[in-house]
Amino acid sequence: MNRAYEKTFSVEGDNFDNAGTASIEIKKILKDLRIDEDVLRKTAIVVYESELNIISYARSGNITLYVDDDTINIDVKDEGPGIEDIDLAMQPGYSTATEYIRQMGFGAGMGLYNIKSCSDLFEISSTPNVGTRLKIIIKRNGR
Amino acid sequence: MKLQYLVERLDLKILCCEDKLESDVSDGYVGDLLSDVMANSSKGTIWITRQSHQNIVAVASLREHAAIILALGKKPDDDTIEKATREGIPILATDRPGFEIAGRAYALLSNDRPFRTDTES
Repeated sequence: MNRAYEKTFSVEGDNFDNAGTASIEIKKILKDLRIDEDVLRKTAIVVYESELNIISYARSGNITLYVDDDTINIDVKDEGPGIEDIDLAMQPGYSTATEYIRQMGFGAGMGLYNIKSCSDLFEISSTPNVGTRLKIIIKRNGR
Repeated sequence: MKLQYLVERLDLKILCCEDKLESDVSDGYVGDLLSDVMANSSKGTIWITRQSHQNIVAVASLREHAAIILALGKKPDDDTIEKATREGIPILATDRPGFEIAGRAYALLSNDRPFRTDTES
């Protein structure tokens, strides 16, 4: 790739009908950029879980994808309730999801944990009643 | 193994994407938690689930599943079929329980490939 690729996707809170739309589009972009299979898998998981977190908990948010020769960068920023206790939120199985969200098969408490597992760099910051930010970098293997 | 062969052997109803039955099935996964399926299923999977809402399509599309199988007579929502048609993910249905479909599918797929060993990732 000669030049970097960047695009921002906006995600609307509580809109489960369109859940996954941004993730599917991002995956198509990465396929066109001929990103390796394993990097594609990790990125898809990171983006999907991030998208679902915005829909499930925030009022609105943005996912920015930035791809250069060496890395995939995903920045997630939402406006919403934020997270009081980040250590607790990172624990697999911990969730504040409503019954409605759980009935659809979401809210298993694996989202942030799965995002971190797929990331080479993972940073999270949050301000209660303002919102949450994630910064994720996935290395493009062997490039 | 071709999806078409599994459809015939497991007597599955085809609810959409009849033109996608030539795709290869390499694995299977059973789950109703979308994060679990997202994280742990593989490409070419047949995904057996009781979830029938449209969000299953994005998961199957992102993980490049061969098909979604709705077990125990579970009917998909209308917009699930619509979305699956758009994304090219076949939705298959059966009145039999997921355990039976998983067992039969596993037996068919196992005969089609060597057992995985611990050294393989």
